[in-house]
Amino acid sequence: MSTPQVVAGQAGREVPPFGGFSTAIVRLEIRRLLRNRRTVLFTVVFPVFFFLIFGLNSSYASNRIGQGNESAFIMISMALYGAVLATSGGGAIVSVERLAAWSRQLRITPLQPAAYIAVKMATSLVLGLAAILAVYLAGLLTHTPSMPAVLWVATGAALWVGSLLFAAFGLFAGYLLPSENVMQLIGFALMLFSFGGGLFVPLSQFSHPLRVLATYTPLYGLNQLVHYPLVQGPFDWTWVANLLAWLTLFTAGAIWRFRKDTARI
Amino acid sequence: MNPTNDPARTGRRAGMPGSPPAIDLVGVHKRFGAVEAVRGIDVRVEPGEVVAFLGPNGAGKTTTIDMVLGLSQPSSGTVTVFGNAPRDAVRRGLVSAVMQSGGLLKDFTVAETVAYTSYLFTGTRPPAEVMERAGIAGIADRLVGKCSGGEQQRLRFAMALLPDPALLLLDEPTQGMDVEGRRSFWAAIRRDADAGRTIMFATHYLEEADAYADRVVLISAGQIVADGTAAEVKALASGRTVRATLADADGAALRGIAGVDRVEIRGTSVVVHCTDSDAVARHLLTKTAARDLEITALGLEEAFVALTGAGRTDHTNRAGPPRVDQPPVDQPHVDQGGMRR
Repeated sequence: MSTPQVVAGQAGREVPPFGGFSTAIVRLEIRRLLRNRRTVLFTVVFPVFFFLIFGLNSSYASNRIGQGNESAFIMISMALYGAVLATSGGGAIVSVERLAAWSRQLRITPLQPAAYIAVKMATSLVLGLAAILAVYLAGLLTHTPSMPAVLWVATGAALWVGSLLFAAFGLFAGYLLPSENVMQLIGFALMLFSFGGGLFVPLSQFSHPLRVLATYTPLYGLNQLVHYPLVQGPFDWTWVANLLAWLTLFTAGAIWRFRKDTARI
Repeated sequence: MNPTNDPARTGRRAGMPGSPPAIDLVGVHKRFGAVEAVRGIDVRVEPGEVVAFLGPNGAGKTTTIDMVLGLSQPSSGTVTVFGNAPRDAVRRGLVSAVMQSGGLLKDFTVAETVAYTSYLFTGTRPPAEVMERAGIAGIADRLVGKCSGGEQQRLRFAMALLPDPALLLLDEPTQGMDVEGRRSFWAAIRRDADAGRTIMFATHYLEEADAYADRVVLISAGQIVADGTAAEVKALASGRTVRATLADADGAALRGIAGVDRVEIRGTSVVVHCTDSDAVARHLLTKTAARDLEITALGLEEAFVALTGAGRTDHTNRAGPPRVDQPPVDQPHVDQGGMRR
């Protein structure tokens, strides 16, 4: 072409790197999340509160479990609860953004749909980390949970990475349920999953049929795996199977709804 | 900033030889299931033009704009923006848009919203500059949820200015603004247009099309019914109405006067629609006993109705919630921002 491209200043315009993903965006997203008091209350304050209630009871807190004590076991459970609330909420926020037509607005920017998902995931992970650190900090300050120092780091890291499973769940739900109520629904679902996964009540206290049913719920495998470094003992591959099955299901669901969404918008 | 833009201004309409049109729609159709929202549109907008896309609600304006932005694909036909596929034009910041409503998060501040958008592009204008130009520098720290409809619209405008786009699309940009808000909004747009930016705006406010566009493309029921300057479009449906009180009016004689389109006789009241009101008035006053003569010009409103058939066919009500389709031209528009959403 012999003619100059379009208008001055536009010809050499580059498409942004990483599809538009940047840490600057994630920082703004986090600032926005923190502005929502309810989010902070549910994901950071509540799990700490639960730990203080259930994790410090002197009648069982010091009972030995594997490499540590029962208080440490409960601390891990509550941190996992906070982390999955954070990541699923961070994913489900897409439903609010769709309702506000913010996702439509983003579609007239260079931001790639995959980069948008990456922003949501990264934001969720940061909030999830805050939830985990808050519970672990409460554990440190109360001096009750006991396990080797390396296990504090190992379990914390394991449940942080594992909570990504629920970012996929949140995205799926957020795309599936285009409503402001999605957060309440997710909160309810996670409560059920938490009971099913044995986060609140040990599965051994369930009746046999319920216990079998519980092993198929989405938090079961993840919960067993993040406690494994503490509990040790025989490793059960059905935990991994449970985790992978739900990861596949949630991811496939999220991708399916996401594709539908970007095709239509 | 855009020194080579000026030739586009002078060469408007014809465009620069060899340069691709800002917008090129060729045989565009868009179907949603059984409904055909756009039924064969051909429009070519040259760089530097300011075009009003005028039509009643549900005429297909937003559907067309969505296709230009790559938000949806035409069922058949092609859309290019400066020779690019719409999505590529968006990615390169060649085109941006001010949407009708939504598209904002209420828990971001104004400045955060602009900053967020700026991070998504490469080489944007400085956020402070676009906020200044859009007149929102003073409310930078306000939460979007606490902004009025007009302020939110100016925020959308600031976001659209960030990539310094060669083409700016505005979809009903002054919905829900008060008179002053509309005036300052259009003043900002006009400054931009004078700097050489190509602008296409959808509106159902005729006076906006008349006052701010070089060219008016009139769309009705998914088809283009007129395309030209505002004056040309008005002339297509020009005319006046002559009213008089007259007993036993002779309809045939009135219809015989040159330029008379239509005669209505209701009891002693006569209404004549015509292009030459002088001839009708002269006839009535000299050849009949007519009195209380009244001559009114056919306003833009009537021209619009005559060309789009908005008053007769009922396609205007298809698009969602009921609202005032054509507010009276001479009255200030009350800020309805709160009620509209």
